[in-house]
Amino acid sequence: MNKNKVIQVEELTKMFGDFAAVNAITFNVEKGEIFGFLGANGAGKTTAMKMLIGISKPTSGKAAVAGYDVFTNAEDIKKSIGYMSQKFALYDDLTVKENITFFGGIYGLSRKQIKEKSKVLIEELGLENVANKLVGALPLGWKQKLSFSVALLHDPKIVFLDEPTGGVDPITRRQFWEMIYKAAHNGTTVFVTTHYMDEAEYCDRVSIMVNGKIEALNTPKKLKEYFKVDNMNDVFLKLARE
Amino acid sequence: MKRFIGFIKKEFYHIFRDRRSLFILFGMPIAQIMLFGFAITNEINNVDIAILDHSKDATTEAIINKISASTYFSINEVITKESDIETIFKKGKIKAVLNFEKDFSKNLIKEHNATLQIITDATDPNTANTISNYINAILQQYQKELNKDVKLAYQIIPQTRMVYNRELKSVYMFVPGVMTIILMLVSAMMTSISITREKELGTMEILLVSPLKPFQVIVGKVFPYIFLSIINAVVIVMLSIFIFKMPVQGSLFLLALESILFIVSALALGILISTISATQQTAMMISLMGLMLPVILLSGFIFPISSMPLPLQIISNIIPAKWFVIIIKGIMLKGVGLQFIWKETLILVGMTVFFIALSVKKYKIRLE
Amino acid sequence: MSINISNISKSYKKVKALQNISFKVETGELFGLIGPDGAGKTTLFRILTTLLIANKGTAKVAGFDVVSDYKNIRNSVGYMPGKFSLYQDLTIEENLEFFATIFGTTVEENYDLIKDIYMQIEPFKTRRAGKLSGGMKQKLALCCALIHKPKVLFLDEPTTGVDPVSRKEFWEMLKRLQQKNITILVSTPYMDEAALCDRIALIQNGKILEIDTPEAIVKHNPNQIYNVSADNMYKLINSLKTYKHNHSVYPFGEFVHYTDRRTDFNPKALKVYLESQNLSNIHINKTVATIEDTFMELAK
Repeated sequence: MNKNKVIQVEELTKMFGDFAAVNAITFNVEKGEIFGFLGANGAGKTTAMKMLIGISKPTSGKAAVAGYDVFTNAEDIKKSIGYMSQKFALYDDLTVKENITFFGGIYGLSRKQIKEKSKVLIEELGLENVANKLVGALPLGWKQKLSFSVALLHDPKIVFLDEPTGGVDPITRRQFWEMIYKAAHNGTTVFVTTHYMDEAEYCDRVSIMVNGKIEALNTPKKLKEYFKVDNMNDVFLKLARE
Repeated sequence: MKRFIGFIKKEFYHIFRDRRSLFILFGMPIAQIMLFGFAITNEINNVDIAILDHSKDATTEAIINKISASTYFSINEVITKESDIETIFKKGKIKAVLNFEKDFSKNLIKEHNATLQIITDATDPNTANTISNYINAILQQYQKELNKDVKLAYQIIPQTRMVYNRELKSVYMFVPGVMTIILMLVSAMMTSISITREKELGTMEILLVSPLKPFQVIVGKVFPYIFLSIINAVVIVMLSIFIFKMPVQGSLFLLALESILFIVSALALGILISTISATQQTAMMISLMGLMLPVILLSGFIFPISSMPLPLQIISNIIPAKWFVIIIKGIMLKGVGLQFIWKETLILVGMTVFFIALSVKKYKIRLE
Repeated sequence: MSINISNISKSYKKVKALQNISFKVETGELFGLIGPDGAGKTTLFRILTTLLIANKGTAKVAGFDVVSDYKNIRNSVGYMPGKFSLYQDLTIEENLEFFATIFGTTVEENYDLIKDIYMQIEPFKTRRAGKLSGGMKQKLALCCALIHKPKVLFLDEPTTGVDPVSRKEFWEMLKRLQQKNITILVSTPYMDEAALCDRIALIQNGKILEIDTPEAIVKHNPNQIYNVSADNMYKLINSLKTYKHNHSVYPFGEFVHYTDRRTDFNPKALKVYLESQNLSNIHINKTVATIEDTFMELAK
């Protein structure tokens, strides 16, 4: 197995009855890469991601995440990944510190580690003044940055982001992407699922899923050149029209 | 009027397409009435008892025969010493032990007085109480037979007679209670949930920003439930008449009118709940905790109000279900007419008007 | 004048949701309210649709005051709330019929208005709304909001959670509706949709940053923006941020949008600096500002 390929997927398929929600998809993601996993609602993104994070068993095919097989080592996969979604991220009724302590705890960090890490994290995000405030009272942008940091708390090899920046103001969104670049620079692989095409522009490589199949896979630049358009939104429109 | 009919049509779509609420609507009354009718009962039947007979003479034998001849008890064990009593109670099967003293017969004849100790397992105090009452009754009967030939002057023998529910069937007591619970549940909980569901979905916003008047929205939402509640009441009464052979003594027409009155008051409560809760979950919690529990505990349907502490007795007065239980017990079991329950009816009417006024006042034409 | 808002303010407890908002929307105009989540868009929509009362200020919709004349407004506007508010357990057909009935009309009466849109979902008319895709829900919700032929249409984030194809189709529909002389006020968090409106208001934290046509707003941006790219994005951003002359540094897809504080800025000097930071494959090119660049500049 190639050590640099942290996600290896081959002919991965998930059937619901006669319906192939995910139809023999094949791709690899390299260490430290920001990989965009795009598709419309219902294209099969979520089903595919659920298989990769070990909470859904594939019907057939092969897939290894962080070196663990999705069929046999799903529990090990869960330990080596982080996950953040726009819908569920943090507990609104716990304070910033309590959230960090809780998520650190479920990933098995020691008390000392949690203490050190939360200090660094709060400093980096500039949350010193609100560390003991309820997360529910924070602006949306802060919450998202915090939940991304929490997803990275246990130094996962791969972090899965589900539509991370939808609806955030443009400046915060850029701060968020700067954090993602930093994580990738430090060797964490970032796997972004989204149907917001402008999020796709930031990824190193993107795949576009249509009806359960990967219909395109390349860097945003190459895709735009190939389809002769100037943004990812139009790439998607062209693909969907075919 | 067309708007109104359109609205009601939509409500019925909601009801008939949601299996869960359909189940609550029609499964619950049947399940509850069966549950209360068959399983939960105050009657005793074939209770296992043990005998500890220190005299073993003709009298004790006669008494034992009489007890075992009744359908209430079956004599399961005969023990020989006092120390065994605790052991058999611990096994759990035996609910009572009859302990006849030594020389029972002799004492009775010579001293006109013999002791029979009834020891009951009071882990379930209600049953224990009932058992000892039943045994006492059998003993009374026996004494009467025994004294038949003896000319004792003017002996007064207390005799209790159960009226209205002569057969002491507990299902007769539960039917009015279950009917109250079901009507409360269907009317208040289901309406409050169906109104808050529109809030959650955001469709309430559209309804507000439409020419519909608040009054039309409310009536449109509750009307189907009036109809369903009436069907439910009919189902319950039919079940009790045909399955439990419970006679309805009074006028069915009056029963129907009073039930509709109670349904309307419960619906008004449901609307009131929906005005103070933003989610279906809250509406359900408030309905369950705020309505169901008081109905079960304070309406006098399971626990007699007269034996409650004074503060609870006072609180029970503000619970519409209490008055409704009195009214339908009156109609179903005693067969009384309006002249005996006009006071309760009036109280219920007053409460209904109050709830409706309050919920119309609380219903907002805007979002906050 | 179709919508006239003057000095509207609204607070929830401590949060100032709207602060002194004023603008006008002409009859038949397609007006966009552009801003992120929590900017106050929904609050403003609710005030205009008579669902909330402002703490301060007045507003008129279709000539009626939003407080005293709320009943008239409720008869003459169409409203599509944030999440497509449909009855999930009713079919497409039943939803549409229901909304027609409560507005005292029939589907047939105003069918020409929704025909274009409804035809696309008609093949599925017996399917329940809960089983529809985001794009189909969006179309159905629009039909329901239009069925009583409103004078003013309020669309609160109609394209959120909808795939790009449906988004594109949706905007095309709005353009056609506009030709039927319906005033449309639409909100969106997507800056790229702003260009499709006649005029837009950029809104953040309850305040309006700018109101104008999309073209004019972009022209207002005083800075020359440069597209900068290099082989390592993370290092590039950090290097640009430590460059002492920078005015703003924002990642923008595969590029970084860079503006300089100096009037005599020379890209070559920047290239030399970046090379000294061990970056290679450096490209620096002029580019035109987008609405998003302008938004960030104004919100800074």
